Amino acid sequence: MRARRRAQEAAARQWHGAYVPYDLVKEFAIATAVVAALATGLSVLFSSPDDKPSTIAQWSRQMPVDFATTAVAELDGSSTTGGYGPPYNHNAPGQHIAFIHLQKWLGVAHPIDTARDYVIGPLKSIPNDPTVQRAVATYQAAPAATQTKWTGAYTTALGKATTGPGNTVVVPAGEYGPVAPMISSLLGVAQSGALDGDLLTSRQFFQTDYTKPLLFMADGGLLASRAQTQHLLGTQWGMMNETGSFPGQTWLWLYTVWYQVKPFSTSHNADALVMLVMGVLSLAFVCIPFLPGVRDIPRRIPLYRLIWRNHYRASGA
Amino acid sequence: MSVSERSWTGRVRERAVGALPPDKLLPDQQPAYVSSWIYVFGVLTLAALVMIIASGVILSLKGPAWWHDAGIGHFFNSIHLWAVELFFFFMVIHLWGKFWMAAWRGGRARTWMTGAVAFLIAVPAALTGYVSQQNFDAQWIATQAKDGLNSVGVGAFFNATNFGQMYSYHVLLLPMAVVAIVIAHVLLVRRHGVVPPFELTTPKAAAGEPATLTGPPASDGASVTPRRADEKVGAHR
Repeated sequence: MRARRRAQEAAARQWHGAYVPYDLVKEFAIATAVVAALATGLSVLFSSPDDKPSTIAQWSRQMPVDFATTAVAELDGSSTTGGYGPPYNHNAPGQHIAFIHLQKWLGVAHPIDTARDYVIGPLKSIPNDPTVQRAVATYQAAPAATQTKWTGAYTTALGKATTGPGNTVVVPAGEYGPVAPMISSLLGVAQSGALDGDLLTSRQFFQTDYTKPLLFMADGGLLASRAQTQHLLGTQWGMMNETGSFPGQTWLWLYTVWYQVKPFSTSHNADALVMLVMGVLSLAFVCIPFLPGVRDIPRRIPLYRLIWRNHYRASGA
Repeated sequence: MSVSERSWTGRVRERAVGALPPDKLLPDQQPAYVSSWIYVFGVLTLAALVMIIASGVILSLKGPAWWHDAGIGHFFNSIHLWAVELFFFFMVIHLWGKFWMAAWRGGRARTWMTGAVAFLIAVPAALTGYVSQQNFDAQWIATQAKDGLNSVGVGAFFNATNFGQMYSYHVLLLPMAVVAIVIAHVLLVRRHGVVPPFELTTPKAAAGEPATLTGPPASDGASVTPRRADEKVGAHR
């Protein structure tokens, strides 16, 4: 068997038969012209999608209750980002594969303190508003248990909230401490558009890192709501879809498919497990020439007879 | 040994020309069995890559916001998008074709591996493009992709929600990587040639005896003359 394989390998090294004239440069030129025509034609016919991005201002105006609910969750750390873990904070160990905790080991590279960055900080930057500053000071001075009591009560109340005049949030009366005025002020800041810029500002003037505003918006409902309409959710095979009816990253189909089936679809470590599976499959894909069984599939399922049918016909095989 | 032969430059030149002499690098003949439409998809993939780079360069010249504001910018973005779709479409067919040919046979494992790696590098090259679009699609994909990347620690140094970093990867680092691996792949194809059909893998051929098989007539009617491998080993794809 080994001797036969070695003989086959040696025989496949060089072609000892006939050659035919061939113009490589001409073929490449024609191929480039064909692809240019195809890409241009598809562009003229179908164009490309460009749905405007969402902003925090837009979110807070369209969905003020959802914004307020998210802001309270950021304040008490119960939001998705608040309890994410690395690389944003230490509030969770992150995902792992058996004893391998890569997410934890690589550390907090993009630190986010949701209460400070999304609520307290922006409120403190509001000028000439002693009422808000007093509310923030009261909140920060309160014991953690009291803070939790206030945010819990306000979160419950937001379940029954209605939208008032000017896109304000109206909740039933209750013991919310300074949380109600704080969130109300933050809503006003957000609706003015100031929070979009505030979350980008840091030490330098030019900004390209949208981590904080994007994660804040992702904790809310606007992005997910738009994504659902556009068939982009994970349960809708979102990673390989594109807005509108355009083809997206269809080459990610295998990556996406794992999220649709158990145990991945129900696992807390789904992302890590899917990455592991795809890593192993990618390695196997590259190493096919060395994988017994897999490398023999083309010989056992003779589709090559179709590929080389002209050759076999000419040689009488 | 002359001075030029002893120099590093001379040695590099000698090795390069020895591995890929001009008639192997740019052959004007190919094995007669290279006679199927499946062979076209390799060169189509290369052509699509050229279109991606050309349209990408034009978009880069005007900056990342241009295509949102100008009609002509949007048109070039459309060409960029469709060239990417065509690139992956052609490459996947090319890879499947090469799989069913068992194209790694006869010392061509590195050719297969560089092709497979080119596909794997092209995936993040495209992903960074999608998250650099500065539209809703980019927002959504970035917030979704971060979870997979974070779960295995990659997110600590490759932040999908950092537009500046993703844009750098998309317009420079990953295209350079794709082009480098594609060049390596093409040079390996040129060096080792196209894998012969299965039936030729016989002990007789392995022993270096002249093959008795002849290929099909060339499409342009040119005559076909069987040759020894040491006469001409150039091949394509």
